[in-house]
Amino acid sequence: MAAEQAGPVYRANNDAAVQAAPVFRARNISKVYRMGEVDVSALRGVDLDLYAGELAVFLGASGSGKSTLLNILGGLDVPSGGQVFYREREMTGADESERTGFRRKSVGFVFQFYNLIPSLTALENVELVTEIAEHPMPAEDALQLVGLEPRMHHFPAQMSGGEQQRVAIARAIAKRPEVLLCDEPTGALDYATGKRVLEVIETVNSTLGTTTAVITHNVAIADMADRVIRLRSGEIFEVYANPVKKRPDELSW
Amino acid sequence: MSILNRKVFRELARMRGQVIAITLVMACGIMLYVSSRHTYISLLQSQESYYALYRFADVFAGVKRAPASTAEEIARIPGVSRVRTRIVMDVNLDVPGLDEPATGRLVSMPERRRPVLNDVAIQAGRYPAIGRPDEVIISEAFAEANGLTPGDRIGAVINGRQKALHVVGIGLSPEYVYEVQGTGSIFPDNLRFGVIWMARDALGAAFDMEGGFNDLSAALSSEASERDVIDRMDLVLEPYGSTGAYGRDSQISHRFLMDEIIGLSVSSNFTPAVFLGIAALLLHIVFSRMVRAQRDQIAIMKAFGYRNLTIGWHYLKFAFLAVSGGTLLGIVGGFLIGRPLTALYQDYYRFPDLVYALNFEVITLAALISVSAAFLGTLHALRSAMALPPAEAMRPDAPAHFRPLAMERLGVHRMLSPVWRMIFRNMERKPVKTVLSAFGIAMAVAILVMGRFTFDSIEYLIDYQFRTVQREDAAVVFAGPRPARARFELAHLPGVVRSEPYRAVPVRLRSGHRMKQTAINGLDPAGELRQLIDRDGRILPMPPEGIVLTRTLADLLAVREGDMVAVEVLEGSRMRGRLPVSLLVDELIGISAYMDNRALNRFLGEGTTISGAYLSVDPLQAEALYRTLKETPAVAGVAVREAVIKGFEDSIAESTSATTFTLTVFACIIACGMVYNGARIALAERNREMASLRVLGFTEREISVVLLGEQAIVTLMAIPIGFLIGWGLCYLAVDATAQELYRMPLVITGKTYGFAFLVVSAAAVVSAYLVHRQLRHLDMIGVLKIQE
Repeated sequence: MAAEQAGPVYRANNDAAVQAAPVFRARNISKVYRMGEVDVSALRGVDLDLYAGELAVFLGASGSGKSTLLNILGGLDVPSGGQVFYREREMTGADESERTGFRRKSVGFVFQFYNLIPSLTALENVELVTEIAEHPMPAEDALQLVGLEPRMHHFPAQMSGGEQQRVAIARAIAKRPEVLLCDEPTGALDYATGKRVLEVIETVNSTLGTTTAVITHNVAIADMADRVIRLRSGEIFEVYANPVKKRPDELSW
Repeated sequence: MSILNRKVFRELARMRGQVIAITLVMACGIMLYVSSRHTYISLLQSQESYYALYRFADVFAGVKRAPASTAEEIARIPGVSRVRTRIVMDVNLDVPGLDEPATGRLVSMPERRRPVLNDVAIQAGRYPAIGRPDEVIISEAFAEANGLTPGDRIGAVINGRQKALHVVGIGLSPEYVYEVQGTGSIFPDNLRFGVIWMARDALGAAFDMEGGFNDLSAALSSEASERDVIDRMDLVLEPYGSTGAYGRDSQISHRFLMDEIIGLSVSSNFTPAVFLGIAALLLHIVFSRMVRAQRDQIAIMKAFGYRNLTIGWHYLKFAFLAVSGGTLLGIVGGFLIGRPLTALYQDYYRFPDLVYALNFEVITLAALISVSAAFLGTLHALRSAMALPPAEAMRPDAPAHFRPLAMERLGVHRMLSPVWRMIFRNMERKPVKTVLSAFGIAMAVAILVMGRFTFDSIEYLIDYQFRTVQREDAAVVFAGPRPARARFELAHLPGVVRSEPYRAVPVRLRSGHRMKQTAINGLDPAGELRQLIDRDGRILPMPPEGIVLTRTLADLLAVREGDMVAVEVLEGSRMRGRLPVSLLVDELIGISAYMDNRALNRFLGEGTTISGAYLSVDPLQAEALYRTLKETPAVAGVAVREAVIKGFEDSIAESTSATTFTLTVFACIIACGMVYNGARIALAERNREMASLRVLGFTEREISVVLLGEQAIVTLMAIPIGFLIGWGLCYLAVDATAQELYRMPLVITGKTYGFAFLVVSAAAVVSAYLVHRQLRHLDMIGVLKIQE
């Protein structure tokens, strides 16, 4: 089973998570986009800590700045102001190649539209990442973890949306990343398929102990989180620990 | 400006890299077409007006000596409108500053009026004055090569006596547009051969031709049959030692000029067609992509009620605008480079007045061609844009559909990394696009091969003809047949290492209704300076009996080994007989016939008689030897091999390097255009994929491999295909230019293939670099937010 090969397993538990040193530390970060001739503030002075092994859900309407925040944490984007630390390292001053190396080694991404490579099979999409990672798990194990081993020789065009998203998750975790960042992972999926994908994310978080951040505008999903972070107009206006953590199959919306 | 037109201009500006590529390829094609067409028309018109103005004759004949009254007999032949008789003699010249002997062709001119046929166009100086037999006009090419101007003097050995000739004028004649001596040397050697026009009386006296002539030309009326006139002329002239009358198509200058003009006419259509085909191909690739990317826009326009035709016209405007710049550039550039290109011909084809004018027909045609190329190139894209139902177009393009293909069935994919699997699957999924891109690059390779091939071919031709077949350092031609002992006199001259006599006799060979005029060259079977060689390069012994024909001559006569040919001797006894074809040999120049010299003497019913000798010369004494020969009255001419080769190389090298340079530049443009466009489109279409890879932690360099690897493979695939196509184009070119005078061998060296490989690879690397730079601006975040 994959979990046995997955290195140290952090038991995610509310108290432990809050006390551990944060994986991410963001201080007063802001982001201003230039849209044509207007400046748009996507983030306005956000402070945030993400702890090892926790499952954090970022809730917010579209335009609240949650994707921008995630992109900055994942090294896809740089803030206009403020500081971001990944463990002890300050990411804010990192150049493009350092950020590439960071994404390559430490971060797994899952996007709303899967972003699989159409010319590669499920297995090969995963292998694409295991090939450049330092201590990856076997690609087959990653697919097994998301329940897609029987479909691993299919091309994206031969799979359903939910299956494609699960491949995307397998691809994101195969490198054994320290953090898994999911941007609206169920946004393009129907109810049943969406729940199946959330189960996979939950499994990854609980069995591998991967620090996980899920972005969504779907309030129901907050019930599976350890912590919920709510954003509005580029600011965090509420952070709370989820008192009763539900399993994804118990969620409904 | 309408909104749609604004869209056209803005989007053209946005895709300017690709528009520039199309513009340049288009410009090359149109430029080649316009310039070579203008050159062709210029040469043709110059020739026509020159021939008409200076009254170029239609039929020509040489005799030993005929009385003046014969001319009247000729004039009475039905169809003959005008007759001119002349005295024409080749003599040795002593040109100041020239060590080797030069040959002057003395041509008589009437003293008191202009010649009725084959007039001389005075370029400088004046006509010889009446009563001044030493005053002469010399041909322009000869004058220029030797730096002679009116006022200079040259020495000539006229009938054994040294005479000083006084140059008073520089002239040109339609008879010598291409100025060569004729038999033996068909390439210009302007340093050592020139035409000298002098007063008839002076020549007549010097050669005992008073009241007679040895050369005749006639103009025909428009309804005359050239063949009939030639037959009747031969009857009249036969008693006077005629070497046989012939028409313009056997007149060497006309023949060369026509071959050149016809060749130009073929290539002026052929090469540009290749370029325009490539431009159409580029347009096809670029516009198919554009319509695919604008599906949603097309859908919205249709939803709002735009008609299919309006939308079709909208995209056609893109194509027309994209090619218009190239067309304009091509027309202007073509007209401008056409002039120096035409002037280049002026070096070997001398016209008093080279007409070069803007030809509206050519320009209209050029514009039409580019519009058709634009239309053809975009046809597919237009049809798919117009056929798109609006509702379907609103939905995103169907996702890229990959299925297990050949690679998976063969199991090759297991040996490849995922990145290379992506590359190969992309190529497999769009085989037509892959093949078209490869074809475009292959054409660039082919054009490069074709451009360099001329060098290879000429080098081989020179080596084969002048170092393998003709191995003598110099060939001496006697003023007439001599007894065999003359060879010993030659052999004893200081500097002669070896001398091999030959007997050459002008003949007409017939087989059925086919006839060819040439000379039989009787060789010493023990000789080493002339070799009979077959097409595999084997040296063959001279058969003791029968006649040996070059393959070209045998083809013209439609005979094979063992067949009989009828021989009509055009000298001395004028006997007729039949000879078996005993052997076929392969030569690249001329249509020669050979015999064992003893067999030829027997056939002619003469004792051992020789016409000249091939000499092997001690290089240290060569200069002195040539000087001695020049002063020997019995020697009519000396052809020095290295001089002949040099003349050939000089005349061909300049025009060849100009063409090769042009083709190289154009081929680079094509190669860059194809690779750049291919990679740009791949980038546009796979933007999302590239961004996803970057997000996953791939470096810029690594995703370049994914994007450009495909271009690299296509280029590598294209190169051998290009070699094949290039070989094919050369084959066609060789076939189209195969002439009686010389034949380009189909020889392409490794150097040429290597050159094409290097140039195209370099072009591909440059284009790849340009696209690679664009990967830096990849928008990782934006592309992940939107659905495909």
